[in-house]
Amino acid sequence: MPASGSKSAQDFAVMARGVEKSFGTVKVLKGVDLAVEYGKVACILGPSGSGKSTFLRCMNHLERIDKGLLQVGGQLVGYRQHAGRLYEMKQGEVARQRADIGMVFQSFNLFPHMTVLQNIIEAPVGVKKVDRKQAIDEAMQLLAKVGLTAKAASYPRTLSGGQQQRVAIARALAMKPKLMLFDEPTSALDPELVGEVLNVMRGLAQDGMTMIVVTHEIGFAREVGDMVVFMDEGVVVEQGSPDDLFTNTKSSRARAFLSKVL
Amino acid sequence: MTDAADWSADRDVEQMPVVPLRHHGRWLAAVVLLVVLAGLIVSMITNPRFKWDIVLQYLFDDAIISGLLMTIWLTVAAMAIGIVLGTAIALMRISANPVLASVASGYLWIFRGTPLLVQLIFWFNLSALYPQITVGLPFGPSLGTFDANYFITVYVAALLGLGLNEGAYMSEIVRSGLNSVPVGQREAAEALGMSSFRVMWRIILPQAMRVIIPPTGNQLIGMLKTTSLVSVIALQELLYSAQLIYTANFQTMPLLIVASIWYLVLTTVLSIGQYFLERHFGRSDRRTAAVRADDADDNPAEAAREG
Repeated sequence: MPASGSKSAQDFAVMARGVEKSFGTVKVLKGVDLAVEYGKVACILGPSGSGKSTFLRCMNHLERIDKGLLQVGGQLVGYRQHAGRLYEMKQGEVARQRADIGMVFQSFNLFPHMTVLQNIIEAPVGVKKVDRKQAIDEAMQLLAKVGLTAKAASYPRTLSGGQQQRVAIARALAMKPKLMLFDEPTSALDPELVGEVLNVMRGLAQDGMTMIVVTHEIGFAREVGDMVVFMDEGVVVEQGSPDDLFTNTKSSRARAFLSKVL
Repeated sequence: MTDAADWSADRDVEQMPVVPLRHHGRWLAAVVLLVVLAGLIVSMITNPRFKWDIVLQYLFDDAIISGLLMTIWLTVAAMAIGIVLGTAIALMRISANPVLASVASGYLWIFRGTPLLVQLIFWFNLSALYPQITVGLPFGPSLGTFDANYFITVYVAALLGLGLNEGAYMSEIVRSGLNSVPVGQREAAEALGMSSFRVMWRIILPQAMRVIIPPTGNQLIGMLKTTSLVSVIALQELLYSAQLIYTANFQTMPLLIVASIWYLVLTTVLSIGQYFLERHFGRSDRRTAAVRADDADDNPAEAAREG
């Protein structure tokens, strides 16, 4: 799905051109190009070490890019353009950008010292200054959506992995993000708990949420993804609709990877 | 052992009474210890040189009580300085600013590397180095000048000595607490758009507390006893008050016992307080319910479809 001339930058939730990133001397991203439209679900596949998680983390500035263009919602991530130069943003500006981007982590990262409900309302009340009562109402609606209203007063430790991840999704949604990033959301789960998390994500996709999902769940990518992106060794090797990429794989690297996981 | 006869002979095993293993060694050790203890207690009561009447007479003596209050005040104030300073030093040490980090390391190096007793005497005699203390900008205007002898009283010297020294130890405790919180917690909080202050205050510090509280309790109990060191600069805390009395009446042992009784009372109270604090900060750790995937879960598949 290359950026065609008829679409403006505002139509794209994420636009990346030539994104590079190194950790010390190791170059993890070697010029990543990607464009994801609003309302679409993009699934990023690839072997471990291909840079897909790092790329995802660059989208909300958890990692700083070294080179290239990375826009989320038409805005440069972490930089301000002024008079032909890029100025690194202050922490406050970065925080404001992040508030519009939800992120779900492989290891859930719920706040263990807070109950489920406190986890969800912490950012809306503390960052967006939403009225506490309203935040609780909205949080309960989100908990209903992920099927965990009965767990509102529980501490994360008392929940199963699948339940924790569903709370993490609700927590991210509470900020009313325009884009949701999922970093291998089911990789840390016991096999029987994967389904419940994917179900919640499927519901989100049906609601029209823009989602970028780094995953190993080929079945999910095929069924829910509007586009599938295959990354290897720090670049996007191949991308296209699930039907295209899975049945008509062009690159040998993608074919080799898919033959191992399918 | 597959013999039928043998099998029938063992059949009554389930009805046989059980004789637990006798721990003769344990019994012997307990008896020996109890005999020694009893001897000690008897000697404490019967040895007239303990002079329990004098102990009792001075236990609630005005000078002792005011010394006790001074000890409590010093402990609280020095710990407060130590905690605030220690938190600041810990945050400096983990900061990305190399100057802040090095200054913090240097602070630690000096205050942990010299004996507290030396530091106390040093602060007490600061006026030898700086007879006049001037507050102002380097090479700039002065905001006022104080006479060091007047400004550095025994109280100030004691608080400086105890507080600055404690700050060094507390900074290590706070730092290990901050390091104990997984990186994912910071990332999750940042991804929600929280400011770095908010991340620290609402997410990192409350979790670090669980690691910080127990050793801080130990430090507090240690500080209570360490305050006795300031008797060398003649500040009238508990030990020095007792010393003043026994240099006058030569009842050294009874007065040391008086001081010890009060130290024991205070450390006991503090230990009880620490127990409840640890319980409070450990609350999210206690599993209140067994984990079951389907337990009290309102069927996610259904909910997702409706939503």
